[in-house]
Amino acid sequence: MIGGFSYDLILLQLVTGVALGAIYVLLAIGLSLIFGLLNVVNFAHGAFFMVGAYVGVFLFGLTGNFWISLVITPLLVGGLGLLVERFLVRPLYGRGIDYPLLLTFGLSYVMIEAIRITFGLTGLRLPTPPELRGAVNIGVGFFPLYRLFLIGITAVIIAALWYFIERTRYGLIIRAGARDPEIVQVLGIDIAKVWLMVFAIGTGVAGLSGILAAPLQGVTPEMGVPVLAEAFVVTVVGGMGSLGGAVIAGLLVGIVVAMTSLVAPDMAKVAIFTLMAVVLLVRPRGIMGRAGGLG
Amino acid sequence: MSLAQSNSTVAPTKRHWLVTARQYRFPLTLAFLIVFPWLMPYEALAVNILILGLYALGFNLVFGYTGLLSFGHAAFLGTGAYACGIAVASYGIGWFGAILIGTSVATFTAAIMGVLAIRTRGIYFAMVTLALSMCVYYALYQMQWLTGGENGLRGVNIKTISVLGVELPFINPTVKYYVILAFVATAIWLFSRLLASPFGAVLEAIRENEERAKACGYDVAHTKLLVFIISGAICGLAGALNALHLSIVPIETLHYITSGQAVMMALLGGMGTFFGPFIGAATFLLIQDVASTITSHWQLFVGIIFIGFVLFFPKGIWGSILHWLEGR
Repeated sequence: MIGGFSYDLILLQLVTGVALGAIYVLLAIGLSLIFGLLNVVNFAHGAFFMVGAYVGVFLFGLTGNFWISLVITPLLVGGLGLLVERFLVRPLYGRGIDYPLLLTFGLSYVMIEAIRITFGLTGLRLPTPPELRGAVNIGVGFFPLYRLFLIGITAVIIAALWYFIERTRYGLIIRAGARDPEIVQVLGIDIAKVWLMVFAIGTGVAGLSGILAAPLQGVTPEMGVPVLAEAFVVTVVGGMGSLGGAVIAGLLVGIVVAMTSLVAPDMAKVAIFTLMAVVLLVRPRGIMGRAGGLG
Repeated sequence: MSLAQSNSTVAPTKRHWLVTARQYRFPLTLAFLIVFPWLMPYEALAVNILILGLYALGFNLVFGYTGLLSFGHAAFLGTGAYACGIAVASYGIGWFGAILIGTSVATFTAAIMGVLAIRTRGIYFAMVTLALSMCVYYALYQMQWLTGGENGLRGVNIKTISVLGVELPFINPTVKYYVILAFVATAIWLFSRLLASPFGAVLEAIRENEERAKACGYDVAHTKLLVFIISGAICGLAGALNALHLSIVPIETLHYITSGQAVMMALLGGMGTFFGPFIGAATFLLIQDVASTITSHWQLFVGIIFIGFVLFFPKGIWGSILHWLEGR
């Protein structure tokens, strides 16, 4: 027993924190990937997350199949990201780091309002797929199956992204582009295409986290607004532009939220930001610092 | 690379009339603000623009003049409003004392946030200030007994105020405008003096090239912190005035969306220009006022117009006008 809570309960809450952290990790990875390569802080990241949830609900209504929606949603949201990078963000390269940030902030207004016009102001629901309903015994107690699935799929996506970036030819170009875009261009590679692709991957992962989070919470036009602030905390704690940092910090934030919820549910949100303040005081660069862009 | 362009590149050979105008920027701005209510469709809108203009002006000190993009200024507007409102509603403190309390609490908040955020550089700064301001938001959200939580703070009622023994009806919109203008005028006069001082020159040096300013021997870290606190004090004053004006403090005042409004107003008006924030606030609120009579989706217009300015008119309305005049 610790402070009146049994070990089993604390362990169970720890797993809950990891599941919660999984969503944070996905969000932060997308944000970090785009920042690491394009030097763009995507203030519309929360809006892409929200659009992902809506696209998921829409596709589910169309097909009635969660799994098909899960595959198509990131592709569609990534496609939207493609258009945004090509026509809105690209003209701003070389004009100072704050401009893309301001633009994506304005874009988040437009995306939220467009969703309100299309889907209305009231929230929608995405039901948990039947295969993932219920709970399983994980040794310390029963745990919702869908949350276990979240942990699993996040691990798969992290592994896939790691393999893509560290082990493939395209990944090599991306890493080189993060270190020195000019040299990469001199070597005959169209760096603009690389940036386009990375922006699409980053926003696609944001869309994916949107549809994954949808069964856990209501789907509303404003759902991405607080998420953006939390994703920032994760990237700041982990270290901007570091994928490893995003994973560690995402899980850390999830666990802090879960543990605070056990003791003082009202203070869970405040705890996230207090964690960030502490990290800033001790280590302003974040846990993993910024080790040459991606890594 | 700095975001704001210097607007003091007037040819040194002949004395441009704009140079003279810039010397008299405080009386000119004041004269405009005195006649401003007559230009507006109704006086409550003029009061809103005046207060949000002061908010954007305070923000512009950090953003336009020093080159630090903060996304946390809602914390200063909000704590200023809450402290002033609580002083009036819960403790029955007079209006003048409440404004001082509001401004002081916001200044204190800015000092704490500044100490934490100034340690980070560049793009980090925007994210960290945003996150810290959200910490204030959630903290005050939870303190229901003090702040009213989700419903906001109510009952900030000031019906009459006495100035030097004269009772003035504060609920009269014209009286309200000019009482608030007295505070705004004091703030912008101090602001103008600050910019004209050597301290103001150091701010622009930091904006143009931080490393060089450091190499010249200026204490960049302390200057940034100080300017952040001064900016917070101005925004806190705007918040305190807003609490008295609206009689309520909505919890959304503290949300980072409100910080984003300061960014939008400063950019629309012209960052790093003296008069720009008021133009920006007027534009923002007039778009909102006009568009919201046509559609409930006015934010769509605001978003599209803002994106258009970022892409094509980064100098903003006033900045572009100044640029055009200087080129003649």
